[in-house]
Amino acid sequence: MSHLKDKVAIITGAARGIGFSIAELFAKAEATVIILDISTELINAAVEKLESVSSTTICGFSADVTDEDRIGEIFKQIIQQYGKIDILINNAGITKDGLLMKMKISDWDAVLNVNLKGTFICTQKVSRLMLKQRHGVIINMASIIGIMGNAGQANYAASKGGIIAFTKSAAKEFASRNVRVNAIAPGFIKTDMTAALSDEIMAKYSDLIPMKRMGNPEDVANLCLFLASDSASYITGQTITIDGGMYM
Amino acid sequence: MDLLQKVKEIIVEELGVEENEVILEASFIEDLGADSLDTVELIMKFEEEFDIDIADEDAENLTTVGKAIEYLKTKIS
Repeated sequence: MSHLKDKVAIITGAARGIGFSIAELFAKAEATVIILDISTELINAAVEKLESVSSTTICGFSADVTDEDRIGEIFKQIIQQYGKIDILINNAGITKDGLLMKMKISDWDAVLNVNLKGTFICTQKVSRLMLKQRHGVIINMASIIGIMGNAGQANYAASKGGIIAFTKSAAKEFASRNVRVNAIAPGFIKTDMTAALSDEIMAKYSDLIPMKRMGNPEDVANLCLFLASDSASYITGQTITIDGGMYM
Repeated sequence: MDLLQKVKEIIVEELGVEENEVILEASFIEDLGADSLDTVELIMKFEEEFDIDIADEDAENLTTVGKAIEYLKTKIS
């Protein structure tokens, strides 16, 4: 499998969860994989794991996606080393759930900052380069919650809905330079993030999923690989749901 | 290298036009075929090359080669 041979891909929030699955699949597809995450420890462990499944180049940077200067610095370093950036996956995201009546402003800000502003910062930093290259693919991790909403997740829903609208604007701005921007809206996927949800909530949602099961991170990674590859060369500005039929 | 020559070179490089097209009266959009993304990239390139900040209000007025050169002269000196 060498769909992404010679491509340079940056994946944010890639030390675990869906991001790690994407990194793993991209490594198997022979891309040069650059993982960004907040924890150096988790990054080192992730890089080690990836190196055991693929002989492609893997490297990691610890960074906060809301730190504009640090992200700019890292992207510059990547360009110096690899000469280009073909793919950016804006995957880094957090939750700080709570009913909206009692939601702290700090919890609202934290989620909006990482999920939405982080996506904007990374996209802006990579865009000039991709526009100049006259090619590039950006994939933003949205969520089914950004389409359907969810009680207790007003901040998360707003950030993910924002990502969907942001994706459409970016796609329109960059289309003439052959830079595609799409979003993926996963439903319930087995990760640390959904493991934190109560059994009660999980049971309720399982009832709403026609396929009656949660998805795996690998399912999302497969969609990501397709969107990042030249097979999807005429797809831009779209939000693709991957949710066992939960939203139709 | 003088400013005029430097600016011409940047425009040739950024917009992919011939040097003889880059005359003072030439409009970036109408004569040199730039679109809105090109003009933003051009302004950012000026900022980078001359180590200056160009305010958005100023950038809007830099519609021709001549206007850009006049503006850059005042900013750099």
